[in-house]
Amino acid sequence: MRVEQWFYSLPVRLRSFLHPNQADQELKEELREHLEQQIKENVAKGMSPEEARYAALRTLGGITQIEQQCRDARGGNVIEDFFQDLRYGFRQLVRSPGFSALAILCLTLGIGANAAVFSWVEGILFRPYPAVAHQERLLALAGTAQGERRATSLSWPDFLDLRRNCTLCEDSFVSKITGSSLSIGDHAETAVGSIVSANYFDAIGVHPMLGRGFDPGDDVGNDSHPVVVISYQLWRNRFKGDPQIIGKAQRFDNVPHTIIGVAPEGFYGTFVGWAMQFWVPASMEETFESGGYKLEDRGARWIEAYVRLKPEVSRAQAQQEISAIASRLETTYPATNRGRGFGLWALWQTPFNNAGTLLPTLEVMVAVVAFVLLIACANVGNLLLVRSFARRHEMSVRLAIGASRVRLLKQLLTEGLILAALGTAGGLLAAYWCRHALVLLLPARSGVAMYLPGEIDGRVMALSIGICLIVTLIVGIIPALQTRNLDLAGALKAESSAVVGARKKAWMRSGLVVLQVCLSFVLLVGAALLLESLQKIRTASPGFITTSVVTSGVSLVAAGYDVPRAKTFQDELMDRVSVLPGVQSAAFARVTPLGYGSYSSTPIAVDGYQPPLEEQPSIEYNQVSPGYFTTLGIPLFSGRDFTRTDDENAPPVAIVNRTMMTLYWGGQDPIGRRLQVKGSWARVVGVAADSKYESMRETARPFFYVPLRQDFVRAPALYIHTNQPLPAMLAALVREVHALDANLALYEMITLQEQVNRSTSPQLVAVTLVSILGGLALLLAGVGLYGVMSYAVAQSRRELGLRMALGASAANLLRLVISRGLRLTAGGILFGAAAALALTRLLGKLLYNVSPHDPWVFGSALAVMAATAISACLLPAWRAARTDPARVLRE
Amino acid sequence: MSKPSDLVQGTLDMLILKILALQPWNGWDIGQRLKQISSDVLGVSDGSLYPALHKLEHRGWIRSQWKASENNRRAKFYSLTQLGRKQLERETTNWNRVSAAISGIVKLKEA
Repeated sequence: MRVEQWFYSLPVRLRSFLHPNQADQELKEELREHLEQQIKENVAKGMSPEEARYAALRTLGGITQIEQQCRDARGGNVIEDFFQDLRYGFRQLVRSPGFSALAILCLTLGIGANAAVFSWVEGILFRPYPAVAHQERLLALAGTAQGERRATSLSWPDFLDLRRNCTLCEDSFVSKITGSSLSIGDHAETAVGSIVSANYFDAIGVHPMLGRGFDPGDDVGNDSHPVVVISYQLWRNRFKGDPQIIGKAQRFDNVPHTIIGVAPEGFYGTFVGWAMQFWVPASMEETFESGGYKLEDRGARWIEAYVRLKPEVSRAQAQQEISAIASRLETTYPATNRGRGFGLWALWQTPFNNAGTLLPTLEVMVAVVAFVLLIACANVGNLLLVRSFARRHEMSVRLAIGASRVRLLKQLLTEGLILAALGTAGGLLAAYWCRHALVLLLPARSGVAMYLPGEIDGRVMALSIGICLIVTLIVGIIPALQTRNLDLAGALKAESSAVVGARKKAWMRSGLVVLQVCLSFVLLVGAALLLESLQKIRTASPGFITTSVVTSGVSLVAAGYDVPRAKTFQDELMDRVSVLPGVQSAAFARVTPLGYGSYSSTPIAVDGYQPPLEEQPSIEYNQVSPGYFTTLGIPLFSGRDFTRTDDENAPPVAIVNRTMMTLYWGGQDPIGRRLQVKGSWARVVGVAADSKYESMRETARPFFYVPLRQDFVRAPALYIHTNQPLPAMLAALVREVHALDANLALYEMITLQEQVNRSTSPQLVAVTLVSILGGLALLLAGVGLYGVMSYAVAQSRRELGLRMALGASAANLLRLVISRGLRLTAGGILFGAAAALALTRLLGKLLYNVSPHDPWVFGSALAVMAATAISACLLPAWRAARTDPARVLRE
Repeated sequence: MSKPSDLVQGTLDMLILKILALQPWNGWDIGQRLKQISSDVLGVSDGSLYPALHKLEHRGWIRSQWKASENNRRAKFYSLTQLGRKQLERETTNWNRVSAAISGIVKLKEA
């Protein structure tokens, strides 16, 4: 029907649908009126009233029939049919509650998994910052460097130049994650916050619920604006929601800051994964970041930033403009900017927060949940096929008494819609419950509030409804295909008995089972590959000892230690710790390998090494105390370790790693050669083995170490190589620290293995999720296979009885049924293996040292699948073997 | 009372539309006019008139309204919609084409 016609006919259709009684009443009245007229005319012709009445009735014909014809003429009412089908469909579902519950459960799982993953993708990748305005135009801004695949940080002067010159950006702002110790009363804790540019709150359109944001000048100067905006959670939990908080002072890293604002509820900052607890202006950088005052240092790259594009500007256009700005800076400041550029990333690819680390996992999840949905649909399709077979009689009768096939299709689609809609509702509910579930999969760490919310917004809803409609089509059409070739006469006769494995009509059910087995096999292979690579990554050597080394830290900064006092304290603590029972060695280092803290980085120069013209080599390094290499078990190939005499008064020294030796000294022993660090020359005194620095997945890269005393930080991490269990070690350390200063607090103590585990948590998330869904898929496939087999057995009881009567043993029948089930499974595994070979490449980034075609993995997936198939067939086979030939044949 | 033949079934719709094209009528009047116009040849019974009217209404070609009739009784009056007018044009053209073709064939036979 055309739209125009709807316009005219909809009102009357709606009326006859909504008020059928009134429409009937009017029809009666209309016909009565007609009758009256006829009678009147007849009387005028000279009949008696009585006679006139009969004559009129004769002329008009049977009133009841006309009424019915009129109702039929109104018929074909789509809305009315739909609601009739809906009522009927509901009755059908209620009549077989077991089937309905199973089907709805399957769909709830399938659709719920999809909705949950979509909500994570939405909440973590696409709309990660709930309260921030116009996220769709927000891009991550970071640096790029020649010969460096990863994004780098930016320097503050570069950022200012970029902000000044970018005409396509509406706004750009800095948000650099930082930690701080926070003391309230006698209680010290770590807190996570952001160092931001002064325009931060204006740029993201978030207005503090109490107080104000930063003033334009707050990010200028050195430690000149000790002001802070605190998060709603911090305000509620630590300051007990004090309404008079504005203007009060709070120590952050022992520097008093004036609280000028409280961020609104539901704002967690702009760092995917962690909830920020405070924001300080960039002018306070030196307090929070080690490594000196960096706001005027173009070579110090430490910030992460975002830009918001003007409307209608594409990323490519903006990238072009900022690349032009970058090359102008390269010419103006070759010493710091040679080979350096700026890059823009969509929020979901943000290189410097958990969006980047979770992206590969979530990408894989989207594919995995699509598989689970398909398997669930196949399962429900199979259930519907069984039922449509049982309903063959009903369908045949309806066809026989004149229902059109289109009408039957509509009925089946409506029933599919009911199932899909209930499944979608259940799925959305499940997704809503699971929206914070991702955080649970990541290891907790003290002082950090993880925040990885799923977001069920309009777009997720729309997607789920789209899925609902697709599911409706699938589960509606599968049984409809069955009725298509319904043989009226045959179907109305009694059901004929069947033969195991020889039923042509069973091809569709078998096909669905093969599909299920195929898809779950792919998921099994995926889960097994991820599991194996998690195993490998967690047991792989990062190049240092992980199991017997613990790490912790002491809150010297929060306790107000100045540099000389901190040096004394570190020496005294080291003396005490090294003689503790069970301690083999101990050391300090600024950055913990594989931790979140970023290494210092410096442009370097090496005697006798001429870098390519367009490249300014820049290398990361760590500040370590004597004994670091021994404690972490990193071998020194040549030269010596740092000693206590390598202090601030001694000439600068450095230890380089092997890759650096190969790159810059052509593999020759560099002991005694010179290396320029931060503009001053240091002498190389040793060569250490390569190890992992930031991630287990990184490839060998140049790296070096300088003595802690020659590039001092007050709060390095402490490493202890010990054979004591962690709680005993912690207790001993607390004792020693308190013996020196009872007011000092200790940070969380973990083993380096825990550090490795934390750094590989995205892999753990992927493994957990894929395993859960793979298990689910396996279960669904098992249920599907069980359904098909037990149905086949039930249908062919006569044949089985006959076989038995002719001498087949129970074992024969058992084998017959199981082999039939295994044939289906084998078909599914064959297709599944082919699909898995093609698809597991997609796991690429998540795999570690495991070939996507690992034969062991495929083998074990095969074993699991086969075991599942056999157990699914066992019950039907047992039932077949128990067939009583005498009873069956008599029936 | 009997069902009209197929030919009439097809043309009945057009006749009703044609009658309503002039002015709105109620069911009784439409029946009377049908009889007058077709001189009872088509044998449209009043019984088949009402289902036809309801069908046309549901297709959106005519609309109904309760009004006072000439003798001040409540009666349901039908009138043509914009859509119905187009439909009438279409059917008229169609009819002219078909009847021209048929009469051509009939004449051919006679010749």
